[in-house]
Amino acid sequence: MSVSKSSLQRRKNLLQKIVFNVFRFAAFINGLALFIIIYFMIAKGWKAITWTFLTQPPVDSMTKGGILPCIVGTLCLSIGAILIAMPIGVASAIYLNEYARPGPLIRMIRLGINNLAGIPSIVFGLFGLAFFVVWLKMGVSIIAGALTLGAMTLPVVIGSTEEALRAVPDTYREASLGLGATKWQTIYRIVLPTALPGILTGTILGISRAAGETAPIMFTAAVFFTPSLPLSIFDEVMALPYHIYVLATAGTEIEATRHLQYGTSLVLIFLVLGMNLIAIIYRSRLRKRMQ
Amino acid sequence: MANTRQITERTMHTLFFVVASASIVMLFMIMVFLFMEGIPIFDEVSVKDFIFGKYWYPTSEPPDFGILSLIVASLAVTLLSALISIPLGILTAIYIAEIASKKVNEIIKPMVELLAALPSVVIGFFGMVLVAPFLQKVFDIPTGLNLFNASLMLAFMSIPTICSLSEDAIHSVPSSLKEASLALGATHLETILKVVLPASLSGISTAVILGMSRAIGETMVVLMVAGGAAFIPESIFDPVRPMPASIASEMAEAPFRGDHYHALFATGIVLFIFTFFFNIVADHIAHKYKQVGEATL
Repeated sequence: MSVSKSSLQRRKNLLQKIVFNVFRFAAFINGLALFIIIYFMIAKGWKAITWTFLTQPPVDSMTKGGILPCIVGTLCLSIGAILIAMPIGVASAIYLNEYARPGPLIRMIRLGINNLAGIPSIVFGLFGLAFFVVWLKMGVSIIAGALTLGAMTLPVVIGSTEEALRAVPDTYREASLGLGATKWQTIYRIVLPTALPGILTGTILGISRAAGETAPIMFTAAVFFTPSLPLSIFDEVMALPYHIYVLATAGTEIEATRHLQYGTSLVLIFLVLGMNLIAIIYRSRLRKRMQ
Repeated sequence: MANTRQITERTMHTLFFVVASASIVMLFMIMVFLFMEGIPIFDEVSVKDFIFGKYWYPTSEPPDFGILSLIVASLAVTLLSALISIPLGILTAIYIAEIASKKVNEIIKPMVELLAALPSVVIGFFGMVLVAPFLQKVFDIPTGLNLFNASLMLAFMSIPTICSLSEDAIHSVPSSLKEASLALGATHLETILKVVLPASLSGISTAVILGMSRAIGETMVVLMVAGGAAFIPESIFDPVRPMPASIASEMAEAPFRGDHYHALFATGIVLFIFTFFFNIVADHIAHKYKQVGEATL
């Protein structure tokens, strides 16, 4: 009896070991995929990255030169997007977390936010085209693209702000209210300053999300080529993601500009993953401090 | 004094409520403008012919506006990518939540997040210039830009969604349930398979649905990698043209407010309805089978 029991136990342990290794392998594949993509982009792109590449506009129908207008365009668009998404997103999160009571109303708002988060980026592009570009007569411009991207980034900002607000201990609120402060004073003086680092992390994530998107700006802000840098928010711009797409699919010299495509991809990866990495490290420090 | 304070309070409360409604207003406006620009195409073709029409020749004379092949392509890439992303995503989530040490997790979790943060155009570009030639050589097929390649790239875009949401669900299983199972003599593996997974099933289902929703709406990958042929695919190595790819590549050439333009917006409506449906189902599952207290199961 005891012999068969221990052999059963041994078999179970062996099975567990095998299955756990399958789990481990699955996690490993994800890391591998990330590694391969980044490795190839660096290996093939780093040679293209020169001072000229980063500081000059494209020349000779985009077969030579740099990507300065794309870098500037992407910065304008993503910063514009966050300037729109952040006030609305933070205020929404404050309402959801501090004011609202559970009920059908708040369920509706959450359902709306979840659905907004699930809308395909190309549909945001269509909406931006129909509403901002055509109906509001903004034309293909930074402002139209930033508004479209802002609408898209909104759920990201709301989500991370809510997380930051939830992390503020209730005792802070109670102490403030107990001293006679009103709800708004408590939020403004106590809750927001405490949650600020978390909110900023969310903001960085929002900017990086907006910087990497292509589909929403295709019809609303980005153009194939413009030699000059934007002077007003009603100018059209070049953007890094759209530039990669254009060079890789629509140019007449697809093969000849390969190194520029890799180089632009590397710059975009560096920008987006860099911001994410900063946010991730910052957030994990915050979480440790909170615990 | 107290009166002005009360007024400020009430004003702030109302103000925050108004701003919080912005998301719903936005969602509503997206629907309004999609329908406003998409409905006119149904003066030209019936809804039935539009959705079930097999021929998409928007620029021929007379044009054909049937998006069945685009819908089938979208569903095909989504399902095929789900076959890859669901097992990988859930297994990784179990590994992170149940098996990996804290130290290992400090590497894996950011890795999954960075995978999620990779711009879609970069993944599309990667699939185009590196994976496509590789597939073409290995499988000896005419083009590496096809359904399989697109599904593979999409899978790695939906894995982070599936993984992180599943992980949340697994994490929220009360530890008393696990402890009870372990105390009864079950191994760690048995506990995971028979206690933890059933208890987090609703959360994992939500994760899977949202992951698939992300895949069906993803644009740049299918635009650059799927091949672009508007035919119903017969093999997984056929080039296809999913809905987002069609919208993104044709909008620039479609005459403003012409039939083609309206047809692309109508395609956007169909896409919107698909993702909206996915999201409603996910929300429904998440609320209906919500883990309340420890007594459920």
